[in-house]
Amino acid sequence: MYKPKVAFFDFACCEGCQLQVANLGEELIDLLGSIDVVEFREVMSEKWDKDYDIAIIEGSITDDHSEKRIKKIREKSKILIAYGACACIGGVNGMKNNFDLEEIRKYVYGNSYQFYPTNKTKAVHQVVKVDYFVNGCPVYPHEFIEVLKCVLLGIPYVVPDKSVCVECKFNENVCMYEKGVTCLGPITRAGCNSWCINNGNICYGCRGMVSNPAKNAMIDVLKNYNVPLDFVMKKMEMYNKCMEKDNEGK
Amino acid sequence: MKENKNININVHYLTRVEGHGDIRVNVKDGVLEKCELAIVESPRFFEGFLRGRSIFEASHITSRICGICACGHTLSSIQAAEDALGITPSKQTILLRKLLLDMEILDSHILHIYLLVAPDLFGVKSFVPLLETHNKVVRRALRMKKTCNDVCDILVGRHVHPISCIVGGFTKLPKEKDLQMMHDLLNSMRIDMDATLELAKSLKFPEFERETEYVALVSDDNEYPLLMGDIGSSDGVRMNKKDYKKITNEFCVPHSTAKFTKLSRDSYAVGALARINLNFNKLHKKAKEAANYLNIKPKITNPYLNTVAQIIECVHCLEHAIEIVEYFQNNGINYSEEIVIGINEKNVIPVKAGNGVGAVEVPRGILFHNYEIDDNGKIINANCIIPTAQNVNNIEHDMKKLVPEIIDKSEQEITLLLEMLVRAYDPCISCSAHFLNVEFVNK
Repeated sequence: MYKPKVAFFDFACCEGCQLQVANLGEELIDLLGSIDVVEFREVMSEKWDKDYDIAIIEGSITDDHSEKRIKKIREKSKILIAYGACACIGGVNGMKNNFDLEEIRKYVYGNSYQFYPTNKTKAVHQVVKVDYFVNGCPVYPHEFIEVLKCVLLGIPYVVPDKSVCVECKFNENVCMYEKGVTCLGPITRAGCNSWCINNGNICYGCRGMVSNPAKNAMIDVLKNYNVPLDFVMKKMEMYNKCMEKDNEGK
Repeated sequence: MKENKNININVHYLTRVEGHGDIRVNVKDGVLEKCELAIVESPRFFEGFLRGRSIFEASHITSRICGICACGHTLSSIQAAEDALGITPSKQTILLRKLLLDMEILDSHILHIYLLVAPDLFGVKSFVPLLETHNKVVRRALRMKKTCNDVCDILVGRHVHPISCIVGGFTKLPKEKDLQMMHDLLNSMRIDMDATLELAKSLKFPEFERETEYVALVSDDNEYPLLMGDIGSSDGVRMNKKDYKKITNEFCVPHSTAKFTKLSRDSYAVGALARINLNFNKLHKKAKEAANYLNIKPKITNPYLNTVAQIIECVHCLEHAIEIVEYFQNNGINYSEEIVIGINEKNVIPVKAGNGVGAVEVPRGILFHNYEIDDNGKIINANCIIPTAQNVNNIEHDMKKLVPEIIDKSEQEITLLLEMLVRAYDPCISCSAHFLNVEFVNK
């Protein structure tokens, strides 16, 4: 059986999503039975100079060099998967876009700032065409396996377009608003099995917003619980700042 | 040394390390002209964009600096935040955090020893060919790693970006059955740990000695200090964590934009080797036995043996973790300490202006977080100094001593020995929050 050639690439990110692959444990060996990993710099020294059947991209695009590199990878890849929040929606790297770029460079690198060129953070689909998305910070391993199955079968994977609340209800969690805490579950895409709320934390919106958020209902919820809108906007910026670009002109 | 020898080594995107780095060596007519470890990671500006965020969000955000040491960043960040806010964590919280840190160090060391270093020692390019030749070894590595992950899943929701460990304590505390599961998992790992020691005994590491200054947390009690302590060095320095800037002394090298660190001499080292050199006597009894079995006795001055120091720490962390779990099984958990996230919205924790420092031993060495906050708990200034940033200067000094000693070898052999040296430090280059690029004259 022909095994598709798969390569992992990382851009601006923490590499935690790649690590989720190693964290599969011995299941990883089963996975390696159906694909042929030809490049994975974090754990392999092997290099591949031919085309890729599947390129898995972690991280966001933050400078000219990365922009050129991702375009080259796209040209050489049949299927391109955006892997993790940084690649799918820009993730935490997007918070940089709140600042004047020269100012933030000077703040972090002082007098040497000119050696650190940086552009506004972009998600991968804002630079090249993306075929599949695996959302989350970090990715949810079960979902990654599902997406990979779809890729291998040649069928589309549809990211759930309901809110995290749906899964959270199934998990019988007490609503965070009932505990007096603001949570982004009502407007965030499901698919993580309400991972954070199950563990007593709130939803930070790392999977991006649902395509048609119940805006009025959300405003009602915020009113009910006396939460100012700008407070929630600030929370949303933690992961979703880059997505403003997609909404331009809409 | 061959006087006419010319060597030009340029390893672009060093593999099997976390993040992007290049090794560049240039020998002309037998004279070492250039020897550098360049960091080519795209900077991410964490310290810049933390400004304006709530101090209660800092640990969630800074966890994302690094996927491998996410729990380490979380713990150092929380410590800095609590220091700034003037909160003292409970005894139970501290103990659970120590358990988390044990798992973090164990998990990261296993990944490094088996998947990143071992392929060099077996003479292959990655763990993938080992699946054919050493299937049991790879399976053991993945199983041990999975066990660490499973324990973290129970304790904090997940290992990569922990969920329930926040400023003030834990949003979810392990139930009795959770403690039992953690105990079973950890206990079952002991067999694999014995096998790891056996494997370690059979491995041969390159010979090379360079004594340097070793820096790690130190304390006056009898516990191997990982989560809390003062900062100490093998040259006799001891300081409070608030004075961390006097330890790191970041400086710029002439003709270069690199910010290096040094303390009492040209460079210093942090990490497992530094820790066992400073605190060997405080290791768990079984870890000391393991060191004895592997013929390791401080002071160790061969940097390649950092990997062996990690193996000894693995034994320590596993046994220490089991002791913590057993303590809770015997004494119970106080569930009234469970806290609600976002309590700051309700002003349960009084917020005031302040400045706090976190200093925690993470897998690769001592990690500093420092935040200054205003009256509303908003971050005004943030600073993180990661272990690898402190080690780069030391790695370069090692390389400068090593290259002349091995110059008669082939370029390929020299390259491999240099790569192995850098990998031995387990550099975590994507922790680029404060990482400065290295530019050299001859570039």
